[in-house]
Amino acid sequence: MTTEELQALEIGKVVDARGTACPGPLLDAKRAIGECPVGGVMEVQSSDDGTIIDIQRWSRKMGHEYLGDVENDGFWSIYFRKVK
Amino acid sequence: MSDEATNEKMIQDLMKRVETLEENAPEDKLAMGIMSGDLDYLIASFIVALGAAAYDMEVDMFFTFWATAALRDPKKQKNLKKDALGNMFGMMLPTGTGKLPLSKMHMMGMGDAMIKGVMKKHGAKSLEELMKDAAEFGIRIHVCTMSMDLMGIKREEMIDYPHMSYVGVGAFVDIFGKAKQCWFM
Repeated sequence: MTTEELQALEIGKVVDARGTACPGPLLDAKRAIGECPVGGVMEVQSSDDGTIIDIQRWSRKMGHEYLGDVENDGFWSIYFRKVK
Repeated sequence: MSDEATNEKMIQDLMKRVETLEENAPEDKLAMGIMSGDLDYLIASFIVALGAAAYDMEVDMFFTFWATAALRDPKKQKNLKKDALGNMFGMMLPTGTGKLPLSKMHMMGMGDAMIKGVMKKHGAKSLEELMKDAAEFGIRIHVCTMSMDLMGIKREEMIDYPHMSYVGVGAFVDIFGKAKQCWFM
């Protein structure tokens, strides 16, 4: 998905994990996934660019659909769709 | 034997073998043997354990030797009945997570303070915070009873951790045997 497409997505749950280091963002995503409806998009915000690959692998392994990431001012927004 | 009977027997044999394989197949579990009582090794161990927990893996951590001292609670050090050797070990070993040395660049405690400052600055969780997360995610800690005996560490002085048990190597070899991933620190 392009940056524009990602930014236009309707978000089911935002996880603000900015300012926390590994494994903070991954754990925050794991904690919050229950609050995202099935079929909804989750956006994980992290200031650690290692989180991009972490969430990519984790979301796929957990059976979700990875959508992409967007670099913002000092942090990244990482998007995936909760499939189940 | 007719062809049909041969086939039937073959299927039965195969079913038996599949069942045995299934029984012995490693599960999506992480088993960690933690021997080091150094702050850096313990932080790394808990980060790996929590990463696995995020993947819904069951995690078992086996604390042995120097690592057991990290589980002592500094608030529970009064009125412990220990023999002379136990008292000596008790004094020489770190009392809990706040007193752990670094494996490198410890510099009489200066390195320890420095790494804690750097970690805080970068938003990294302290060992105490990581252990709180571990409790929340159901990570199990198994403490080696022989290490405790050798070093005179008492159960009464251990931290309050919700998923803690006291075991020998027998329990842990079984746990390791069923885990897809095994780590030793």
